[in-house]
Parts: sequence; structure tokens; C-alpha cells
Amino acid sequence: MPRTHPSLHLAVALDGAGWHPAAWREPDARPGELLSAGYWADLVTEAERGLLDFVTIEDALSLQSGHPTEPDARTDQVRGRLDAVLVAARVAPLTRHIGLVPTVVVTHTEPFHLSKAVATLDFVSRGRAGVRVKVSARRDEAAHFGRRTVPRLPFDDLGTPAAQALVAELFEEAADYVEVVRRLWDSWEDDAEIRDVATGRFIDREKLHHIDFRGSRFSVKGPSITPRPPQGQPLVTALAHDTVPYRLVAGSADLGFVTPHDTAGIRGLLATIRTEQTAAGRADDTVHVFGDLLVFLDDEPGAAADRRARLDALAGAPYRTDAHVFTGTPAQLADLVQEWQRAGLTGLRLRPAALPHDLVQITRGLVPELQRRGAFRTAYEADTLRGLLGLPRPVNRYAAATPAATAAPPGPTVPEAPPAPAAV
Amino acid sequence: MSKPVKQIHLAAHFPGVNSTTVWSDPAAGSQIDFDSFVHLARTAERAGFDFLFLAEGLRLREQHGAIHDLDVVGRPDTLTVLAALAAVTDRLGLAGTINSTFNEPYEVARQFASLDHLSAGRAAWNVVTSWDEFTGENFRRGGFLAEEDRYLRARQFLAATWELFDSWRGDEIVADRRSGVFLADPDAGRFDHHVSQFDITGRFDVPRSPQGRPVIFQAGDSEEGREFAASAADAVFSRHGTLEAGRAFYADVKGRLARHGRSPDDLKILPAATFVLGDTDADAEERAHVIRRLQVSGQTAIRTLEQLWNRDLGAYDPDGPLPEIDPLVGEHTVARGRADVRMRRDPLTVARQWRELAEAKKLSIRELVIEVTGRQSFIGTPAKVAATIDSFVQSDASDGFILVPHLTPGGLDEFADTVVPLLQERGVFRTAYEGSTLRDHLGLGPAGRPRAAAGATVREAS
Repeated sequence: MPRTHPSLHLAVALDGAGWHPAAWREPDARPGELLSAGYWADLVTEAERGLLDFVTIEDALSLQSGHPTEPDARTDQVRGRLDAVLVAARVAPLTRHIGLVPTVVVTHTEPFHLSKAVATLDFVSRGRAGVRVKVSARRDEAAHFGRRTVPRLPFDDLGTPAAQALVAELFEEAADYVEVVRRLWDSWEDDAEIRDVATGRFIDREKLHHIDFRGSRFSVKGPSITPRPPQGQPLVTALAHDTVPYRLVAGSADLGFVTPHDTAGIRGLLATIRTEQTAAGRADDTVHVFGDLLVFLDDEPGAAADRRARLDALAGAPYRTDAHVFTGTPAQLADLVQEWQRAGLTGLRLRPAALPHDLVQITRGLVPELQRRGAFRTAYEADTLRGLLGLPRPVNRYAAATPAATAAPPGPTVPEAPPAPAAV
Repeated sequence: MSKPVKQIHLAAHFPGVNSTTVWSDPAAGSQIDFDSFVHLARTAERAGFDFLFLAEGLRLREQHGAIHDLDVVGRPDTLTVLAALAAVTDRLGLAGTINSTFNEPYEVARQFASLDHLSAGRAAWNVVTSWDEFTGENFRRGGFLAEEDRYLRARQFLAATWELFDSWRGDEIVADRRSGVFLADPDAGRFDHHVSQFDITGRFDVPRSPQGRPVIFQAGDSEEGREFAASAADAVFSRHGTLEAGRAFYADVKGRLARHGRSPDDLKILPAATFVLGDTDADAEERAHVIRRLQVSGQTAIRTLEQLWNRDLGAYDPDGPLPEIDPLVGEHTVARGRADVRMRRDPLTVARQWRELAEAKKLSIRELVIEVTGRQSFIGTPAKVAATIDSFVQSDASDGFILVPHLTPGGLDEFADTVVPLLQERGVFRTAYEGSTLRDHLGLGPAGRPRAAAGATVREAS
């Protein structure tokens, strides 16, 4: 009997008390602790206990809202959250292997600040940092910054030319943003710090580079104030639902999150992303694609569906989201995960409907089931996030441009990407 | 009746990018690796220090159009390091410098409020302004602020973040499972702030943090900076290292507080200070001399002089006399991204003073630079240093010090092991943390509702 391909990858998306708006009312929820370090440390260490590749941490530059473009006045759902990069940094010293991928809004922030923040997350986690870049078309978020206005758009109909134009503009800016961030990560060559006592020089300034980025929305001179991080390039990810965002994934990211609802959908969107990848001149680069799946998990058949119905009743409406919603047992989920993987996905990002319940079901139910099937790792095989995902440490673009420096060694603390784990 | 004995406040500055950090010492470690930050933070916490302090610089320093390569170059992101340090310390305050020119209030407020939550009440923000277009070239806005608008923006920035911090009272989250009420107030976080620099409205998304708002530090020394500190800051990071200058500054700034409806205890004055310890005072003096020579090489001396002269002085001998030519007045073209450049506003006068000093003491360029740039505040045996620090504080030259070790990351170890116990014996420094927040350590009391004074400092540009 043929073995399942072993290098399945799993991530979890952490947000508040879970993705269902009534999740905070579950008996094991900790709704009064959502802003405490201990809450996040417990979630991330649980995910690490399950040998997951990484966690993502949701964020936005506005208070949570049930409305797509505006704040609401609801008082029956979780409101208030912490900066995701700082949450990731806070848990980094408490974990050793799991990747940490905070969400960052690129529309209102500075690529210079973000570049050094994620580089620093990579330093404090010793090579486990990533970032999920997200654009914002929300008028309320723009008003929090007061620097640009966003036109009022009929967001229920993204097909209007005005909406399409805005989306295109925001994603073009996001691509510029990622380009700046990546150039800043490379703006120090790995061996720029020389500490040459004989000549009195701390750095070799020939190995620091102005990035001189000039785009239509902003320009950045560089170099970074922070040296090149352990992974060289921390993992850049984006969530995408349509052609324009797929283009960002294909052209700028190392990993994309997509929201298919069946295997035909997976094949279709993978074809689109690969086409865009070729168009962007990145046909030879590895761009991982993870499928997002919202999960209600319980051991007893039917219990998860009952729980979903109970939470929906508390929320006052059936929960709808962009991703496919799965209710069932960990074993049933293992079947779906493997089916989706066979359709071409690198792995899945699971969104637990309720925390910690559905996370624990993933780490202690789904993962052991997949391990029994020989389909998931039984130990971490690398110390860095790129290593876990089989991605090499990138050559520095500026070092590569200097003939004498093409043989520059990788950073001292990061091993080469490990071989794929052997099938059990 | 004698004055009550003041308790000393001590903090540690991480020795990273800094002309006083000695990287060539065999004991010098990385200024980037997280282990270095952990080491210094744990030493500071073991010693009972109030906080660890991080500086910031948003563009690498340049000279003659090339990146400065003689001192430590490169540092991590301030807030990210502080959040990670919150995981490996329990009580130590975590103070970061964040510039108000190239950030926006909503983002900075949520970052500091987040840090305060994640550290259970240990966050502090040192508010600084940027001064040049050189730094602005790294940001979307570019170099956009006229010099006279910088403090206006800083004041308005602080007032805006203050409004955001105060937009949650702290009792809105009830999270009652049975009734289904998570938020008691549907309007929590509402803000509306319209002044010349900021036109912002909406809802702040981080509920009130353990300290209410982070401890606010101010580091400028101008008239505007002093007034800003007196109106809005909880602590001042000053540069007045001598007893006389310290007392004058202390009296001046503390004297301004009443006008803002505040008492002298509401603001702590903490100068930066360096130290060199030895088994004997002579031994310490000798070590201090060696350290100064390591801090100021011949090349460093020439480059330091160029920062004042605004000219290429590469042809001069560092062991020879000062240049006869005068500094070039006007726009600075030689050295960029350096605090020294903006602080010396009258280069001709400073150069004349330096020439007179070199003449009087028969100093070479290098010796002169060592003389005028060094601030080794406390040199001597641990007993002498403890006594001197105590006398500075008791005579109102400061409320304590932010110590700037010259070695990363072990530069505080000896001080923690030898000087701190002597201060404890004197009864002027804590033997254990009494509170858990930085406000507790600084004796500031809980952050109340916004003071009228803070808002009152915001004036429109006319």
C-alpha cells in the first residue's frame, strides 16, 4: 500500500477566543484573559506540543466588528486585541520550534518599521519569524490614521469598477511594501559585522547597501538599522481570495493562504497562482499554498455539528466565513486534510472555531491520527521556520551582485534546510 | 529637621549603538543577539533596577556620504525586543525610545498599550522627535517637518496617544458568559482628535492596560523640552552629569511642575551616567583611562572633530594640534544621523572653547576629544561610587541614574554585585521590589484620568 506523502504541513490561525463569534461563551474559554501574555503563551505552546509548523496571529488596525467596513455597536462579541507582532515576540522565548507569523496591515504602516520588527522577531525566536501582510480598504481604519481617505464602496459588490480599482491599487502598494521589506532584510550582508580591531572598523561598510526604492506611493533609502536576520528572509505570507491577491502571493510571498471549498477549487486556484508565478518571473521559486479551513472538532460523531448549532444559536445567526467550515471528528478531518493535500496544497491552516477546545482537538486528536497514518512529522526536523517548510536560506541579493561575495557563507546560527522527514 | 532620605532609582541603558560602547574588548558580545538583552535585563532585575532602557536611531549614521564604521552599528527593533524581554523578566520596567515624527499615534498607542498588557504593567515610552530629512528618507512621509513644528507635533502626538489610552476606562470588559455581555459599553475606545498635526477619529482597539498608560519619558533639554517634560512626562532622561549642572537642571524642571498642577514627586529626573569600578580608586582611574582610549581611537577622534567642524579633516594628525581653520557653519554635509550634530548649534563658539582647552592643557586632537566627549560619571571603588551616587541624589542633583555600561552585555554585572549591596546597606536602594508595575517602582502612583495640563500643552501653530 503506497504511503501518503509525508511532508504535510499544518498551521493554526489564532484569534481571540476562536473564530466563532460566540466562542468566548464556551465553558473552557478564557474570555477575561484574552489580553494577557499567559493566554497566548498557553495557546502557542499547545500548538508546539502538536508539532505544528507555525501559528498565525490575527490583527487589524481597528476594533473587531461584524460589519465589513465599519465599526459596529455590538456588545455580545469579543472586542479589543493586542498588537500581533508584540504577541509573537512575547511568546518567542517560551517556545523553540514553532514558527510565529503575526498579521500586519501594510496599508497604514511603515515598511521600514515592519522590516526591522519582523527581523527582530526572527532574532528573538532564533529563526522562526514570518509575517502575514494584509491590506486595508476600511474607511474606519483610514480615519484612525487621518493620512488618506478611502472612498465609500459597495463592499457587497466588489465587482464594481471603483472597488476593483481600489483593490488593485492597495495590492500594488502591498507588493511595493513587501519589496521594500525584503530589500531591507538584505541590506546588510551576512558577514557585514567584522569587528576588525586592527583597522578599528566595526563593520565593513561595503557590505551595507542603500536600497534606494522609489515607488508610486513611497520611497525608502535604507539600509536597515537591523542586521540581516537569522533566516535571511523571514517568511512572507498573504491570504488571497481572488486574482489580484493571488498575484501578490505569486509575485511577492513565500506562502499563500487560500480558501477552497473542494478539490476542484484547489486545482483551479493553484493553476491561477502558478500562472501568475510564471508571469512574475518566479516559476522556479517555491511558493507554498496552504488551504484555510475553519474547524469544529469533537471525538463523538455529531458532537461538533451540535456545538456549531449551539454557538450559532448563542450568536443569533449562522456563522459564515470565507473559508470552508468543517464539523466532525479528528479522524474525519484527517481524511479531508489528506484529500486536500493530494489535490496539491502544501498544507492546511486550521482556524479553530473555539479556543482552546478546537486547538487541543487538533494537537491531541488530528495530529496523532495523521501520525498513525504516517502523514505527519513525529518530531520537529528543523529549528527554523524556513527549515520546517523545506525552504532554503536565500542568497542575499546584494551579496550576489558582488562577484567576490558570491561565496558568502550563510549566517552562523542557521542550519541548511533539512532534508524532508523520512516516511514512518 | 533633616530631610528624609531619598530612595535612589536606577536603570540600565543597553550598550548598543553608542560612542561609549567598547566593542573591541574580548568580553564584548553581540549587540543584536537576544541573549545579550536577556543577560543585561536579568542582571538589572537581579539588582532591583527600575527599568531597562533602549535608545533608537532610524537611520544609520553617515560621514562623508559613507556609513560610519568605527562604533557599533546595528540594533534590533525596540518594541519587539521589549516584548520578548517581558517573557524572561517579571518585574523589570521595559522602556523604549519611539520617535513621534515618523510614527502615527494610533499605531504607537496600540503598541505601547499592548506591551503594557504583555508585561503586566511594565512599559515605558521615551518620546523623542526626529530632526532631519536624512532620517525621513526611510519613511513614507520623507523629511516633512519644519524644525519649529517638531515639538508641536510631539506634544500633539502625546496628547493624541493619551486620548487613546484613556478612551477605555478599564471596566468595560465584563465577559459574562451567561448573559452574553462581553462589552459593557458599546462606545468603548471612542476618540475624536482634531488638531493641526492630527485629524483622527474612530475607536481604539486595545482596552486599558495595567498601568493605564505607559510611563512617559522625555529626553530633550531645550526650553521646549523642559516645558514638555514638566507638563506631560513621568521621568526625564537628562544629560547633566555634574553635581552643579544636575542641581540646576533639577531645580529648574521640578520648579515648573506646579504651573502644570503637578507635584515635584510626579516627575523623576534620571541623568545618564557611566561608571568604572576598581579595587582602589587609582585602579579605577587607570581602567577608566584605558576605556577612554578604547572608545576614542585616533580615527574616531578625527571623525568626532569633523562632526563639529563640518569639514574633511582626514589630513590632520590625531596626535597633533587642533585645526587652525574654523568650522563650516550652515547646513551639515559631513556627518549625518548623529545626535551630536544637532546638539552643537553654535560650532564656532564650541570650537573656540575646545581650542582654548587644548591650549591650556596641551592636548592633542585625540586627547581633546577624550576630554570633551567622555562622561565617566563615577570612577572609583564600589564604596566611593555608592557614596557619590547617594550624595548626588540626596543633594537633589537627580532622583537616580540611567547607567550606561561600556560593555555588552556584561557591563552591569560588577555594579550589580558590588555597588548595589552598598547602596542597600545605606538604606537608599530597594532590597526587593515592593510593587509589580514600573509606576510602582518609580513611586508614581496609579495613572489617573487625563490631566488637564497634558491637553493644555497642545497649542495650535499660529
